[in-house]
Amino acid sequence: MHKFLTLLVDGLTTGALYALLALGYSMVYGVLKLLNFAHGDLYMIGAFIGYFVIQWFGGSTALSIPVPLLLVIMFGLAAAATGLLGVAIERFAYRPLRDAPRIAPLITALGVSFFLENAVLLLFGSQTKIYNTSDFISFNGGIHLGALNIDVVRIMIIVLAIALMVGLRLLVDRTKLGKQMRAVAADREAAEMLGINVDFTIAATFFLGSALAGVAGVMSGLVFNQVYNLIGFVAGLKAFTAAVVGGIGSIAGAVLGGFIIGMAESFITGYVSPTYTNLIVFGILIAVLILRPSGLLGRVTLQKV
Amino acid sequence: MTEPDPASLHPAQGQRAAVGVDEWVARSGERQESLPGALGAAQRAFGRVGWWPRLAAAVVLGAIIPQLGLNDFQFQIGINMLLLALLAVGLNISVGWAGLLDLGYIAFYGFGAYAFALLSSSQIGGGIHWPAYASVPVVMIAAGVLGLLVGLPSRRLLGDYLAIVTLFFGEAFVEFTNNVASSKLGGPNGITSIDPYKGFGAQITTNKGYFYLLLVLLAVVCAALHTLDRSRLGRAWRAVREDPLAAGLMTIPVNRVKLMAFSFGAAVAALAGTVFAAQQISVFPTDFDTPFLILIYAALILGGAGSIGGAVIGGLIIAITLDGFLRSPTQSGYIFYGMIVLTLVVKLRPWRKLGVVAAAIVVFGLAMHAIVGALSASAVAGGPQSSGWIADVVRHWVIVPSNPNGPGNIGFVILIAALIALVQLRGRWRTALIVPTVYLAVCVWEARLVSQPAITRQLLIGAILIVMMNARPQGLLGSRRVEIV
Repeated sequence: MHKFLTLLVDGLTTGALYALLALGYSMVYGVLKLLNFAHGDLYMIGAFIGYFVIQWFGGSTALSIPVPLLLVIMFGLAAAATGLLGVAIERFAYRPLRDAPRIAPLITALGVSFFLENAVLLLFGSQTKIYNTSDFISFNGGIHLGALNIDVVRIMIIVLAIALMVGLRLLVDRTKLGKQMRAVAADREAAEMLGINVDFTIAATFFLGSALAGVAGVMSGLVFNQVYNLIGFVAGLKAFTAAVVGGIGSIAGAVLGGFIIGMAESFITGYVSPTYTNLIVFGILIAVLILRPSGLLGRVTLQKV
Repeated sequence: MTEPDPASLHPAQGQRAAVGVDEWVARSGERQESLPGALGAAQRAFGRVGWWPRLAAAVVLGAIIPQLGLNDFQFQIGINMLLLALLAVGLNISVGWAGLLDLGYIAFYGFGAYAFALLSSSQIGGGIHWPAYASVPVVMIAAGVLGLLVGLPSRRLLGDYLAIVTLFFGEAFVEFTNNVASSKLGGPNGITSIDPYKGFGAQITTNKGYFYLLLVLLAVVCAALHTLDRSRLGRAWRAVREDPLAAGLMTIPVNRVKLMAFSFGAAVAALAGTVFAAQQISVFPTDFDTPFLILIYAALILGGAGSIGGAVIGGLIIAITLDGFLRSPTQSGYIFYGMIVLTLVVKLRPWRKLGVVAAAIVVFGLAMHAIVGALSASAVAGGPQSSGWIADVVRHWVIVPSNPNGPGNIGFVILIAALIALVQLRGRWRTALIVPTVYLAVCVWEARLVSQPAITRQLLIGAILIVMMNARPQGLLGSRRVEIV
């Protein structure tokens, strides 16, 4: 039982990360029908930004500012920087290809992802950066139930992730920008004819999605401690899996998919074998795609001719 | 009935098509971009030569060049070039012809290499040491079947989902060889002491031998695929690429055709894998990682997806640039400065403008060097990190601090921002921004990139994919594709 609960909390934490990443994938896919391979690398860059914020304020053992303020700066800066980077990538690499054959932006996205990974390698070196979260956030805080420990970092991450998801849901459902985003996702040309600024809406979508990836990156640094230039690729793939499993284009679906993948990973690692984790997760994706291509919560869309 | 005015059918350049004449017809001349002068004549003469004579000429050329006397290392580069060309030709089947984004392609290459390794080493049982004429066909057929299995999801999936499923297949392959079946496949230690290509009492052991083997294989594969391209199946692939729905209505069995594209591509990749394994004598999981997949894509995109010749030439160019030139700082300098000069010459017209910009770059550099040098002596204390005469020329022109890493990194980030800005700007501002951007690029190159050839290679591959897809999606040699309305 104790092992089960520990794995459950682990699964919820990684699930929250995947869900945040999956939201970005899902949003971008919604408006552009583009599988943005570079999304996972924005997550990686967010994690690096968090690391440098810690270093800037004296390193993990000798922080010059209170921890809550540090966390706010880490999350805020990472979100702003990755958001702007996402907008720049869209402007530079994807916008000229909006009407090109589908395969062209996909290959470009692959190139952007590869470029970002190696640019980070050039700038920051190949050495793994360590957050050392336990130096400034005590592992003993949080909830203790018998032998079960749920530390503060995990609680904070799960709460923050859920808050962001609810906020995003409200934004998409209730605000004018959200309405524009839904309109562009439904039919870009028709939205343009109705006077919606499509370029701006797509840029805003990229900003929001990329900012969520940056936040998820800082979270991953806090939980897993290790940051290097390739952490984004596989995380991005799994997050896309989550978005597809939940039903791409649907916010609730991305969240559900994220938690499903996170849980699956955690329980397979705990009860089966860490060796098979990735293979089984990929297997889930392929099974879902073949049996129910629209995902668990996705709607079946009819192909227009 | 009146004769149509011939002038309206062939309007002079720059003149708009006359009313009532189909613009698409009237502008047919523009679509076939022809160069003026002697170059144009050569191009037209080349265009009259058929496909088969061209293939024969290329093979003869490939067979003659090594006779000039290459050393073993140069033969290795030649092998890498031909191998990449072969892989690009195989990838062209699914990506270029059938329009399926196959991101698991690298796994078929790995499968071929590992399967050949198992059949030609002492790895399983008491050791299977089949001759190449038995093992290679078996491996290719097995890869073809595997391609069918991986392609099966494409029956249900659209392009993007297919990309992700195949990408997972590629990841799963590396995972499988690394962790899951490590007892048989050696895990990270790979499989070593693989037999060379052997059969009929002979075996190929030298680099020269593998070079000629690859040349023959590449020619045979190209010839076979060219025939295939002209067949019903080739036409069906292109129909499916352009519009699967319409192709289906034309009674083309869309799914079966897609699966065949996967299968043929997988077989070609496996063939390349067998040669790789035999020539390297060993295989490791890291040989079949995502970066190499992106390299194959870069080769295909650079040459022009959709044509066999484009794929071959793209593979040759990428391999010789990365393995041959970018290894030495002097030669990579030639490539870098050559690319800058070429870009400026092509993009800046008329000549007067080019002259002004070139002069401005030189003056700007001298001024910046003087200003920064006056502010801080250490900021210009470092010499250029490249060598040779180029370094001597730019020594007192570029800003290279005594400790170049930090400033070089900052310069790199600013350079990317400047390049993005350059794409967005138009007209006079763009021309003005070219001057500092080029200067900054040279500074970053001399301060940082030259000393990191491995990373620079990868950055270059990523940049090729982005820039080519945006600026010239048809590739260097492809003809402009007619828009389908």
